[in-house]
Amino acid sequence: MHDIQYYLLKKRAFSGFISRLAKVQPLAAPVRRGEKNYAFELVTSANEISLPYIPTILPPKKYFFPQREVLLEFDTRRGLHAGPVGVAGPMTIFGVHTCDLAGIQCLNMVFSVRPRDHNYLIRKRKITIIGLECNDYCDEHANCALVNASLPSGGYDLFFTDLGDYFIVHVNTQAGDDIIDAVKQFQPAKEANLQDLAALRERKRVVFRNEVALDQRFLPALFDISFDGPVWKDLDERCLACGNCTQVCPTCYCFDIRDELNLDMATGVRYRVWDSCQTEPFAKVAGGENFRKSRLARQRHRYYRKFSYPFAKFFRFFCTGCGRCSRACMAGIKLKETLTSLISQGGEGPWKR
Amino acid sequence: MEKIVISESNYQIRKARIVRTKKLTPLETLFEIVLDGDRSLDHEPGQFIMVSLFGIGEAPISVASSPTMRDSFEICVRAVGRVTKALHALDAGDEIGIRGPYGKGFPIRIFEGNDLLIVAGGLGIAPLRSLIQYVLDNRRDFGKAHLLLGCKTPQDILFADELDQWRRRMDVQSEYIVDRAEQDWTGPVGLITTLIPGVHLEPERTFGVVVGPPVMYKFVIKELLAKNIPEHQIILSFERHMKCGMGKCGRCQIQNIYTCQDGPVFRYSAVKHMSEAF
Ligand SMILES: Cc1cc2nc3c(=O)[nH]c(=O)nc-3n(C[C@H](O)[C@H](O)[C@H](O)COP(=O)(O)OP(=O)(O)OC[C@H]3O[C@@H](n4cnc5c(N)ncnc54)[C@H](O)[C@@H]3O)c2cc1C
Ligand code: FES
Repeated sequence: MHDIQYYLLKKRAFSGFISRLAKVQPLAAPVRRGEKNYAFELVTSANEISLPYIPTILPPKKYFFPQREVLLEFDTRRGLHAGPVGVAGPMTIFGVHTCDLAGIQCLNMVFSVRPRDHNYLIRKRKITIIGLECNDYCDEHANCALVNASLPSGGYDLFFTDLGDYFIVHVNTQAGDDIIDAVKQFQPAKEANLQDLAALRERKRVVFRNEVALDQRFLPALFDISFDGPVWKDLDERCLACGNCTQVCPTCYCFDIRDELNLDMATGVRYRVWDSCQTEPFAKVAGGENFRKSRLARQRHRYYRKFSYPFAKFFRFFCTGCGRCSRACMAGIKLKETLTSLISQGGEGPWKR
Repeated sequence: MEKIVISESNYQIRKARIVRTKKLTPLETLFEIVLDGDRSLDHEPGQFIMVSLFGIGEAPISVASSPTMRDSFEICVRAVGRVTKALHALDAGDEIGIRGPYGKGFPIRIFEGNDLLIVAGGLGIAPLRSLIQYVLDNRRDFGKAHLLLGCKTPQDILFADELDQWRRRMDVQSEYIVDRAEQDWTGPVGLITTLIPGVHLEPERTFGVVVGPPVMYKFVIKELLAKNIPEHQIILSFERHMKCGMGKCGRCQIQNIYTCQDGPVFRYSAVKHMSEAF
């Protein structure tokens, strides 16, 4: 008896699989751009794809919530005419790590809360997601074990795990099964293959250990008592307010809305573009008052938006442990260090262990 | 690549037409607006709309008229930047775009049967005028109504003619104070907080409703608490930078609350612990 949810893809069949997949609909996958530098890009063949890879500069969120997205096209000659906008069509993303799957799950919640964001939800429905397991840590910046994102927990159509000379593939949805059917390269997994997978997961539980000395259950309580803590003062002195951390974060979704007029001065577009709460004017109002004037307040806001506010609203952390903010920070602010400081400054409490 | 059309964007605007403008001060103008198809805006006092000028942008603006006026609505706009200045260049007959109404307005149902002490500083009168008009249009549904209004100088007074009407009514008490004035001003001079101690009120049945510039809140709240008005009966409306109005863009966030969706109207008891609120 075999589990119909699991299939095998032999490594030598991988290249054929990718070529066929790319013919079904556009395919994005991790591509090497330089030393420790990867990006999700459109590919047509397996030799463009780089595996394994450390988290890409931008997370795959860019396909769900593009950096710049037109909301309306207008023509003021036609009496305030504003037409609907075409958006990109169906696509597949291959090779999404569990941290980035978690990031997409977070954004799904945000954009599904009423009023629903149609732009996001239409894109989401058109994207097929193929996950890829990390057998080892990508680098020292990751903290996926802390936030329970080192093992797969849904959010994909298919999920690949590298087991040497083959991938074991978990089929999670009908859309995933349709790929298995369409790309006739897969074989049903056998008991021995499932045992290999279980052994890998067992090994991972030893390797992926909570990266900071804290049980994640106590994170919200730790943040509750830390709003006026000294760690934010330290970040205030170091942060350069460049906004890199928010730009690369898989769960940051602040945006600005802007208008752009064409040269005819009559037609144009209204678009949204990623914004950052780390910039100075972000919370400034017309009277000149700025409600998060200091870098202290803005960095603190960023951390609370990962570990405190969303926990109250969605019952999950909006940190996926991908480590991008720490990798991208020009001032060397490291998330794991910030959390470690919070614990040591948090006094006595269940977070101390 | 196949393209999907988003026919139902959250950002689609409703067409509207300016039917009347009235200059209130050199900086502030009142616009009367009719929605396309003569539909009612159907807002609650205290809600706001996004005013949209294509090619320039959008700005959150409070509805300044009562929903009891159904054929049109009014906004009172101070020219401070790109959108607001461009609006001032428009006149009766011109078209604008509208999104909304958005946000949670004043808890009118809860106000019913109770007394109101309304404190308006400067442009804070814009959302409060919607409430005041609503209360006057349904006067017997509410208890006593006390208005305290303040602005910088007598030249900055908004809605002076309506103020005169309110003053003549026997069912509202109103007082106006200015920060500084020339000789010809006969009313009181000073901060709006100085008017509060003199108000006679029954705190357990009074709602204090406060809208004004950010600096005003702390001091007014202190005086209202000194009058023994309970914290959950002190109602505030906050101004924050806003872009989407739908709880997404993050601009208006005060710690874990979104001013555009959870507010802009809040009970003091719900926000008093938030350092980013004041
Ligand atoms: C709920 C709410 C109700 C409001 N009601 C009124 C009202 O009834 N009448 C009125 O005149 N004004 C009102 N405002 C303020 C008004 O939204 C701003 O003055 C306006 O957005 C400025 O836009 P602008 O393009 O003219 O200025 P800009 O050229 O964009 O900027 C000028 C200044 O305004 C600030 N600002 C820009 N955009 C916003 C924004 N979206 N929200 C707040 N500040 C901003 C900028 O930081 C800058 O300091 C309200 C604001 C809010 C949040
Ligand atoms: S205005 Fe965008 S979140 Fe409130």
